[in-house]
Amino acid sequence: MTTTIVSVRRRGRPFVHTGVITRRNLLANIRLPDVLILSTVQPVVFMLMFLYVFGGAIQAALPAAARGEYVYWLIPGILAQSAVFGSAPTAYGLNNDRTKGVLDRFRSLPMARSAVLAGRTLADLLRNTFILGLQLAVGVALGFRWHNGLAGMLAAMGLALTFGFACSWLMAYLGLTIRNTEAIQAAIYMVVFPMTLTSSVFLPTQTMPGWLQTFAEHQPITVIANALRGLTLGQGALPAGRTVAGEALLALTWTLGILAVFAPLAVRAYRRHND
Amino acid sequence: MSAPIITVDEVTKRFRGGTRALDGLTLIIPTGTVYGLLGPNGAGKTTLIRILATLLRPDGGTARVAGYDVVRHPARVRERIGLAGQFAAVDDHLTGRENIAMIGRLYGLSRREAAHRAAGIVDRIRLADAADRQVRTYSGGMRRRIDLAASLIGRPEVLFLDEPTTGVDPASRQDLWHLVRDLAAEGTTVLLTTQYLDEADQLADRIAVINHGRLLTEGTATELKDRTGGAVVELELPAQQQLTALRVLQSLAPRHDRDRDRIVLPAPDGAPTLRHVLRLLDHAGLTPTDAALHRPTLDDVFLTLTGHHSAEFAGRTA
Repeated sequence: MTTTIVSVRRRGRPFVHTGVITRRNLLANIRLPDVLILSTVQPVVFMLMFLYVFGGAIQAALPAAARGEYVYWLIPGILAQSAVFGSAPTAYGLNNDRTKGVLDRFRSLPMARSAVLAGRTLADLLRNTFILGLQLAVGVALGFRWHNGLAGMLAAMGLALTFGFACSWLMAYLGLTIRNTEAIQAAIYMVVFPMTLTSSVFLPTQTMPGWLQTFAEHQPITVIANALRGLTLGQGALPAGRTVAGEALLALTWTLGILAVFAPLAVRAYRRHND
Repeated sequence: MSAPIITVDEVTKRFRGGTRALDGLTLIIPTGTVYGLLGPNGAGKTTLIRILATLLRPDGGTARVAGYDVVRHPARVRERIGLAGQFAAVDDHLTGRENIAMIGRLYGLSRREAAHRAAGIVDRIRLADAADRQVRTYSGGMRRRIDLAASLIGRPEVLFLDEPTTGVDPASRQDLWHLVRDLAAEGTTVLLTTQYLDEADQLADRIAVINHGRLLTEGTATELKDRTGGAVVELELPAQQQLTALRVLQSLAPRHDRDRDRIVLPAPDGAPTLRHVLRLLDHAGLTPTDAALHRPTLDDVFLTLTGHHSAEFAGRTA
């Protein structure tokens, strides 16, 4: 019984294996839908809460392109927030795979090393696409319209998803290096919540105290939210002196920067996760 | 003994913090055997399995599996092994069949071939009825069987099983034992760690006892028991009869085991010695409340070599 395995062509192997792992991770979302439902509902709750509780008070502070309607300000912000939140499952998923011994099994198989991380981040990208699409649909139902053409809207979605994908690699690194699940949860919420609140996601930054304003205007979630506003609503939605192309470029730089730092770190952590 | 399929030569592994998990361990495992690794918790059993399955790199020494060095040719080794770890590494949200077929795809099988082999395997492990249900509905024993089955789909030459029956009900344990025996009969080499002495005794062709990362002894279960010493007779008597009994049996070199309040004497001839002892006691008008011929068990081997009872035995008497 020493049949050696007929390997598929080596060159195609990483893609086949990535496909297998992606499918596995997506099926978890579909067949155990409670997490997916919660993470879909949560941003909608945020959206409704902020829109109806704060919306009226905030109108006056909004730039011209938001046309006095908080929904125009809020929806691009929520999309940026959802992109970040939507990357957290990458950390939980990998951590869970590790504690259950699934990563050990994968590492003992003659499979492409890249497939586990690629399959995880890809599945979470697809999952995020679904969630963000739904957010946008709810936003449109609440009165949001894109004024910068469909191409701008699609570019915005593409940018948000790419940013979420980059964050997934950061989360992959956290999920592989922090052993304790609760510690991961704490780390994510300690960073992600303050980051979204001290950004332009919900409110314009100009009423914040000076030191905070400086941080808020330059941190990546603000950069993404601004770029999304520019792409969906046009120049008028941006702070004075900023251009849509400039904001988009800045957002893309952040995205690629996060990817360039954390993808190699995550790959390294995966290779030596139990030495 | 047939040619070795696993050779472990002076393998050392130190963990951060300085713990020596393996300390110059050397082992030779013949092809087609069921080989049991026995040792107390922290002895280095799991570390050895992880090194052989290419999950850990040794700090020193060499290890070869199915002809390939685990450090220099890990990919070649992975094509020839199957691993079922301490926890059932199966996906709750997939069906049993999907779990097995997925591992088949990762072994490099085509979709059709993976499905075909998975069908054969679920029949074989007698889970065909449950194969299309999601694993989250399974019992612990069924999960372990699926886990083991998944590692079979690549038709490995060597199968590593790390505590395959820990936490499994007796019926499922029997099923797993059957499966392991069948696999060995077909030529698969099985290396398993266990905390259960009866499992090693019944399942393993050869056993290695390790502690503190070193090999203490190695051989068949019978060899290990013989090396530990011969059979003994154990007697339990009312307290007031014990002194008389010791005098009556003097020629047989009895001793009083204070811990257990029993009289113990060597029984080189086995049953005839027991009969002789009972006759002597009878003549003296003594009536033991219990008399037993005790052959050395693997626990005696374990106790003699490691200085404490196996986890299983300790658990039972605690």
